[in-house]
Amino acid sequence: MSNMFLNTDNLPFCKGCGHELIARNTTRALEKLNYDPLEVILVSDIGCHGIIDKSMNTHTVHGLHGRSAALASGIVLGNDNPGSKVIVFMGDGGTTIGLQHIMEAARLNLNVTVVVHNNYLYGMTGGQTSGLTPIGFKTTTSSEGNPFGSYDICKLAHAAGAAFTSRVAGIGDISDKLALAFSVKGFSLVEVLEICPSYGVKLNPKRKLQEIIESSGKKPGEWTQHREEFVAHQTHKTDNLFKDLPAIKKSFNAYLKKPLSVVMSGSAGEGVQLAALLLSTSSMLSGLHVTQKGSYPVTVGVGFSTSEINLSHHYIRFHGIQVPDIAIITSADGLAHNRKKIELMETGGKLFIDSSLEVPSTNAKILRYDFRGLGARNASIFAVLYFALKTCIIPTASVFSSIEQLGKSDKLPLSKFKEALARA
Amino acid sequence: MHETSKGERVLTDASRLITESLARAGADAFIGYPITPANLLYKYASERMPLMLAAPDEITTLQWMTGLAATGKLPVTATSFPGYALMIESINMAFMMELPMVIVLVQRLGPATGTATCGAQGDLSLLRGQISGGHSLPVLATCSFQDCWELPAEAVKTAIELRTPVVLLTSKEEVMTTKSFDLNSLKNIRKATRKYGDDASGKKHKPYQPAANLVPWFLPVNQQDQQVRLTASTHDQMGLLQHSTEEALDNTLRLEKKAKHSLDNFTFYEYHQEKNAENLVVSWGITAPSARVAVSELNHSGEKTSLLIPKTLLPTPQIYPDIIHRYQKVIIAEENLNNQLGDLLWGMQKPSNCRFAGSLGKMITPNQIIEEVRS
Repeated sequence: MSNMFLNTDNLPFCKGCGHELIARNTTRALEKLNYDPLEVILVSDIGCHGIIDKSMNTHTVHGLHGRSAALASGIVLGNDNPGSKVIVFMGDGGTTIGLQHIMEAARLNLNVTVVVHNNYLYGMTGGQTSGLTPIGFKTTTSSEGNPFGSYDICKLAHAAGAAFTSRVAGIGDISDKLALAFSVKGFSLVEVLEICPSYGVKLNPKRKLQEIIESSGKKPGEWTQHREEFVAHQTHKTDNLFKDLPAIKKSFNAYLKKPLSVVMSGSAGEGVQLAALLLSTSSMLSGLHVTQKGSYPVTVGVGFSTSEINLSHHYIRFHGIQVPDIAIITSADGLAHNRKKIELMETGGKLFIDSSLEVPSTNAKILRYDFRGLGARNASIFAVLYFALKTCIIPTASVFSSIEQLGKSDKLPLSKFKEALARA
Repeated sequence: MHETSKGERVLTDASRLITESLARAGADAFIGYPITPANLLYKYASERMPLMLAAPDEITTLQWMTGLAATGKLPVTATSFPGYALMIESINMAFMMELPMVIVLVQRLGPATGTATCGAQGDLSLLRGQISGGHSLPVLATCSFQDCWELPAEAVKTAIELRTPVVLLTSKEEVMTTKSFDLNSLKNIRKATRKYGDDASGKKHKPYQPAANLVPWFLPVNQQDQQVRLTASTHDQMGLLQHSTEEALDNTLRLEKKAKHSLDNFTFYEYHQEKNAENLVVSWGITAPSARVAVSELNHSGEKTSLLIPKTLLPTPQIYPDIIHRYQKVIIAEENLNNQLGDLLWGMQKPSNCRFAGSLGKMITPNQIIEEVRS
């Protein structure tokens, strides 16, 4: 064996392929750094370079096309063994597919080295153009020469935050250059330039590697910046999500003969969801079971804001509301969104609606009030108090109590609410 | 265990229950990104999980999770169809590598972006066909707050025991609805235990040599005693890429067999058998609560009806068709267009006594189910 990292002298590459040079120099570099094979985790991508796995005595992980930098990032994030070294082998095709993954690993400065085997084309799949193919280079899919320039992966990774990047011509002994990258604590990337003997040489017969490097403008070099490597620390802020969840104790009595469904609707930003929470909490304070769900457009700051609430003396299994028993409407947005439901409401139902709004045709009993007169942001919250007052299902005191328990007393005009209730 | 006294209730959503359950069962990390309606899970995970990391996209999420799983961690994430669709190749990778993780899939109305804040049950057929080759990846579907406590822990346990990704299937209507709830009704959750490689044998570790339960011993890729090879490509027991050798194909076949071999350990369903009933309502997920109400009302009015709520959807336990075949009239209620549970059970050969109550963009009401039973 040429060294302890390889289990064979016969590496599985085409004659003259730069991948063999990279593989042998990688193992040489690791020996120079005194790594043991099982201290190394080699993550390979899809592509000719990836068939090195079987020849390696390291741990090997063989993933998907273009995703190996992200897969290796996960290993780094989970690795609590500081002696382990994670190395990624990927081609220029995989680099093109998984550019985002390399940028993210560089941005976080994860402790990993990516070795880009840049032979200027997708080799295993038949010699197609990649994002790292230089302008004018011929491939099976650009027989007249690639019309576009290539990514500068070293500068991109550097700009994203990589601690170290370098571009190396795949000629001669490059083990010291690889060792330099492997010894970086943080993200490092080495782009090794080579020509695929099966497609690159045949399609570009008179061109030499040095000439291609010169004409591409992507010359060998190093780019460094001092950054601390990212170490994943524990992030949890609590060891129990129930710890701060307040128990809501029955302190009032509810008067409810049968389960009740309520739809509350107004405009986004006008406190509808808070009002619904107050109704739910005060109902629980009154000994009832509740369900509550919000509904609003994707842009949460505009348009309607609706909440559906069910109240019952028993645990509520089904929380869907087709036609509500009670509708509380505090704005034109809320009315427009619920008009159909209101029109379907039956005798015995109640519609609480702001006095500025047109009343739709409905069999429900209409209760109009100038909710918005207390301010648009207070309309729905006061409507809950008004609902409590007029239906007597829950006491208004339970609503004031829930306001206090939710820490909203200082933010709401409680004395105004009380005056308005006295007049209502 | 909890901070409430007997009889006291809290107002909570199922996202909180799911996250706490996953953490107590042994989830080590949450990898996530924002997607409605899974954002509450993301928020709670940022407070509760031992490690929480924001990934830049869906593919990165699954790749990071797989890497974490390779080091012996149990990662989880939460997403919805648009994100899940982008994860599927990487889920296949984790499945092939036999690395455990839990993915909470919160169903919402499609197609495509659809309506992010509208519930649905339209992803079951996708889950049935997601592994190239036809393998089943375990899928557990919740249908109550109790389930949202118990099944996430079972998902963690199953993922570890079978070395596989597991999907916990829920819906916007479940994870974004708050309810009054008695935390004292929740069972204690034990942390799932992990066993590492069979070191006692003294033999060279074969990463994909199955044990008696058809699951290979696991060794983290960052230990330094035995060589580990993990691969997404067709491979032999050593984890070396093979074209289609007998050993490699046996390994690929084993991936299907191992889940079915242990299916009894993670078969969850409810069967409420009504004596002398000729009608059966079958429902899962977010429609199951409606089915409970419907069946209760039918029985109350003397129309004897039984109820079957499958929770382990994949692999599909034989007990479901066995129960269904006992009834003269069967209603399958689920919130999608094409009766995906029926397709799962019978494909094109749906029995003539089975009817479908479906819906799109609206929850199925108890009355709809009652009408189907009566019609």
